[in-house]
Amino acid sequence: MAASETEATNAILMSGVKFAWSGAPRFGMSIAELAVPAGQTVFLLGESGSGKSTLLSLICGINQPEEGRIEIAGQDIVPMKGAARDRFRAEQIGVIFQMFNLLPYTTALDNILLPLRFAPERRRRCPDGRGEALRLAKALGLPAALVERTQAAALSTGQQQRVAVARALIGQPQLIIADEPTSALDANAQAAFLDLLFEQVQQMGATLLLVSHDIRLAERFDRRLDILDIADVRREAT
Amino acid sequence: MILLRLAIRSLFSRRFTVGLTVFAIALSVALFLGVEKVRTGARTSFADTISGTDLIVGARTGGVQLLLYSVFRIGNATNNIGWDSYQQIAARPEVDWIVPISLGDSHRGFRVMGTSAEYFARYRYRGGRSLGFAEGAGLEDLFDTVIGADVARDLGYRIGDPIVVSHGLASFTEHDDKPFRVAGILQKTGTPVDRTVIVSLEAISAIHLDWKDGSKSANPLSADAVRALDLAPDSITAAMLGVKSRMQVFRLQRDINEFGAEPLLAILPGVALQELWQIVGVAESALVGVSAMVVTTALLGMAAMIFAGLNERRREMAIFRSVGARPRVILGMLMLEALLIALAGALLGLVLLYLGLVVARPWVDAAFGLYLPLTAPGRFEASWIGVIVLAGGLVGLFPAIRAYRMSLADGMTVRN
Ligand SMILES: Nc1ncnc2c1ncn2[C@@H]1O[C@H](COP(=O)(O)OP(=O)(O)OP(=O)(O)O)[C@@H](O)[C@H]1O
Ligand SMILES: [Mg+2]
Repeated sequence: MAASETEATNAILMSGVKFAWSGAPRFGMSIAELAVPAGQTVFLLGESGSGKSTLLSLICGINQPEEGRIEIAGQDIVPMKGAARDRFRAEQIGVIFQMFNLLPYTTALDNILLPLRFAPERRRRCPDGRGEALRLAKALGLPAALVERTQAAALSTGQQQRVAVARALIGQPQLIIADEPTSALDANAQAAFLDLLFEQVQQMGATLLLVSHDIRLAERFDRRLDILDIADVRREAT
Repeated sequence: MILLRLAIRSLFSRRFTVGLTVFAIALSVALFLGVEKVRTGARTSFADTISGTDLIVGARTGGVQLLLYSVFRIGNATNNIGWDSYQQIAARPEVDWIVPISLGDSHRGFRVMGTSAEYFARYRYRGGRSLGFAEGAGLEDLFDTVIGADVARDLGYRIGDPIVVSHGLASFTEHDDKPFRVAGILQKTGTPVDRTVIVSLEAISAIHLDWKDGSKSANPLSADAVRALDLAPDSITAAMLGVKSRMQVFRLQRDINEFGAEPLLAILPGVALQELWQIVGVAESALVGVSAMVVTTALLGMAAMIFAGLNERRREMAIFRSVGARPRVILGMLMLEALLIALAGALLGLVLLYLGLVVARPWVDAAFGLYLPLTAPGRFEASWIGVIVLAGGLVGLFPAIRAYRMSLADGMTVRN
């Protein structure tokens, strides 16, 4: 590959990736090619059980493919050693889950600050971690008192999801991965949540890959993908 | 820092199960350290009971047995020493002082000991302390007694109270024709002396003069009539002696052991005590072993508790993984958790131990004559707490490894 430029402008580049879960029934997927340019907002659609979360795990480097390349910000994470890959994820990627995003026994503030513990680069980008956490929380409509003093478990689901966004965004990672972040919210809250998420992501110029099976959310994204179009899924009973 | 804070908060959020586990560990640690305290307490207590005596002489038997019945009033003498033999030994040039002891009778559960007036001057305990009188004075009249502090306290005796001595250690025959009078009450010593009724050797003879073959005679002598008679004893139970020069101890001991007239035994109290520890040592090790097992059980209980909680914490681990924590961090967090629980348990155990000591001390002293010193926790406690906390961390390794494996298998997609 000659063009290191194209590599750098791709936030995600997957090619020839093969992965299979162990266990029965054995679920496997292969992705011939997927490129997501930096700064794009991508909506990934798929049925339940179609492998969306599995794909995200591969992109985050939490699970390892059997073969293929997975480049994040131009760096192939497949050959990395475990520790290096974990560190790379800590620095580059902010993750938002479907629900139960937070450590329930501590404050929202601790939850927001957690990634900084594992990502020195992100920590360097916001030396005043607490101030930055509160700023983000405020931008996401969370009062400071709530963030600093309330246990995460006592927050409403909508509030929890916004705390999860703040955690994903703190220290400005360039790739935000969200796995059905709105599915636990009602329609109004969904819209408000997406507004806030988009605002922050676009301010940072980050790439957003959001998974959902709710097509109604798709229109405000730059690009819509169906998992079946990019991945070849197979299920074998072993 | 944030990881330590998170571990503490996580534990706090499960405070009931964690609290119970901590409490179980605390109890086991208190037991373990308590056993050790009692063990060393008993040893010093025993060692403190006799000091300044070079040899104890008795009829030939085991050295430990002689030590036990003569000094600790545990068990009984099977044979006595003839008064002649006693006098021959007393006359030896090496002997600086010698005090006879005659045991066998009792008063309401307390042993009665006949001895000479020199006993009060010669008996030493706890590094050379002498007996002191709390009230009254020594033996003057034939039927005077001096009682130990516990005897006075338990039976509520004051100076001048009458005392009737029972024949033997557990009998209903009383020497009620010859009552004694409390002439002195000794200060508390923390030794078996506290539980002894002391009378003169002559008094022991006096109350037994009109006895034949272990039963009262039909027409007993009156207390006054007895005073006129020769009250030198036929035999005594044992004798404590001091030599003029320590160099002579072994020679004197050998001579007594080879005594011609009757088979005698002379022991060095320190040596006999060592023998005693060797015998008791087995039981002690068993006790320490059992309490160590209890600590182990409590730590395993902790591991079981952490194990049981792992499944519902998979989500938590997935969150850690998603923000970039290495699986090793999850391993470390769980071990840290175990360490914290073990540490809290050990420290609480120490607190329980000292609370227990403060509460139980007077009772243990009264019931067993065991004086437990209340010393600040030292090197010993610190090092065992260190060991227990480390063991806790080690035991915590098992659930930690399981969590490590789980977090690797789950990846980002926890299905629950
Ligand atoms: N940790 C795992 N171990 C083994 N198999 C797994 C694991 N996680 C997922 N799978 C399998 O992979 C397949 C795809 O699951 P995945 O969670 O990726 O789907 P999804 O599209 O995210 O579904 P949903 O919309 O319900 O979240 C499932 O059939 C499941 O059996
Ligand atoms: Mg999913």
